[in-house]
Amino acid sequence: MEIPAIVGAGLIVIGAGLGIGRIGGSAMEAIARQPEASGKIQTAMIIAAALIEGIGFAALFAV
Amino acid sequence: MQIKRFGFLAFLLAFSFSWAANASNQHGDEHGHHEEQGEKSIKEQIAEVKEHHLKDSHSFHLWGDHASGTSVEFPLPVILWDEGELHFFMSSAFHHSENQTVESKGSYFRLYHSKIYKTDAEGTIHYDEEHHATNAKPIDFSITKTVFSTILVGLLLLWLFGSVAKKYRKDLVPRGIAKFMEPLVILVRDDIAKPNIGEKDYKRFMPYLLTVFFFIWMANMIGQTPLGINITGNIAVTLGLALITFFITQFSGRKDYWAHIFWMPGVPYVMRLVLMPIEILGMFVKPFSLMIRLYANILAGHVVIMSIIGLIFIFGAWGAKGAFFGLTFFLSIIELLVAFLQAYIFTMLSALYFGSAVEVHDEHH
Repeated sequence: MEIPAIVGAGLIVIGAGLGIGRIGGSAMEAIARQPEASGKIQTAMIIAAALIEGIGFAALFAV
Repeated sequence: MQIKRFGFLAFLLAFSFSWAANASNQHGDEHGHHEEQGEKSIKEQIAEVKEHHLKDSHSFHLWGDHASGTSVEFPLPVILWDEGELHFFMSSAFHHSENQTVESKGSYFRLYHSKIYKTDAEGTIHYDEEHHATNAKPIDFSITKTVFSTILVGLLLLWLFGSVAKKYRKDLVPRGIAKFMEPLVILVRDDIAKPNIGEKDYKRFMPYLLTVFFFIWMANMIGQTPLGINITGNIAVTLGLALITFFITQFSGRKDYWAHIFWMPGVPYVMRLVLMPIEILGMFVKPFSLMIRLYANILAGHVVIMSIIGLIFIFGAWGAKGAFFGLTFFLSIIELLVAFLQAYIFTMLSALYFGSAVEVHDEHH
């Protein structure tokens, strides 16, 4: 474990956090606009969030 | 309704209490141990407890400490295959010690860092320069803690769904436990299978999706009990689950699926050559990410909860102890959500991959 690696992993986690935050925010806006489509939006949101999460974990494991 | 809600809260509280009780038990015993040896600090002890919880082991340790003789545990069978010979003995033969050698059919075995090595009668371990053991390792088919709890979850599911099925044979109106399981089965069918696989093909995949959903959920939930079980936080288990998804995807792949991997329709020829290796890589990256996601989520949850329980013992003030107890309780509730969510995501992504495998494209690109 070296310092550059830790910093890199931290940067990736920040990026992943921002990404998941954006997905969550956009999904909320979409649900507010179209409450009847909330089921589909939720599904798509969870899939996208899970994919980003995978990158975050990959970064943590690289450290 | 109020009573039901209260009951659920009491259930959660009982969970987190038993966690803390388990940890304090271990702490109490290790404290006595600490005074005897005067070596390990509280932080080292917590790290040790944590490591033992996360790792697989050859015996099922519930609580207590070996040195003070208060440990409560039960042995599990050790099954070894070595040079064409099958060795079978109970893990109690090791006497909970890494220094004990066990003789079986003229061969000697010894535990070293939770792994079984073949040794001579004195139990000598040979090392290389990096202080790794170089002794021969038998092929280990032992029923370890994880294997045992996986079988336990399997039996639990068989019993649960057996009784649910029996209820439907009498009457199509769900009663008892079936009332609780029916919405979950419908969730998998209507929210996961149908939209991702399609009306025409979803039925073929339902048995696998339901099995994997309930298995992961149950394994995650049993990991939240203070028994110290960590099934889905073991990368070998998630590798197995991801491999099954991978093989089902490949074997149910239709013409269009393979066409989209090897010779992407609708794009220029040069792009097809560029896309082919990426798509082939994607075939393997998908199950790999399934494996890592489940494993890392559950492992991280266990580490966080164990660490916060550890903080209860590091801080002396009662106010801090209370605060960390509350935090443990809160995180346990979050973990119950994660346990469900990870099962849902694994099933959902599996369904998505199956859907892409059986999809038929009739439009011309």
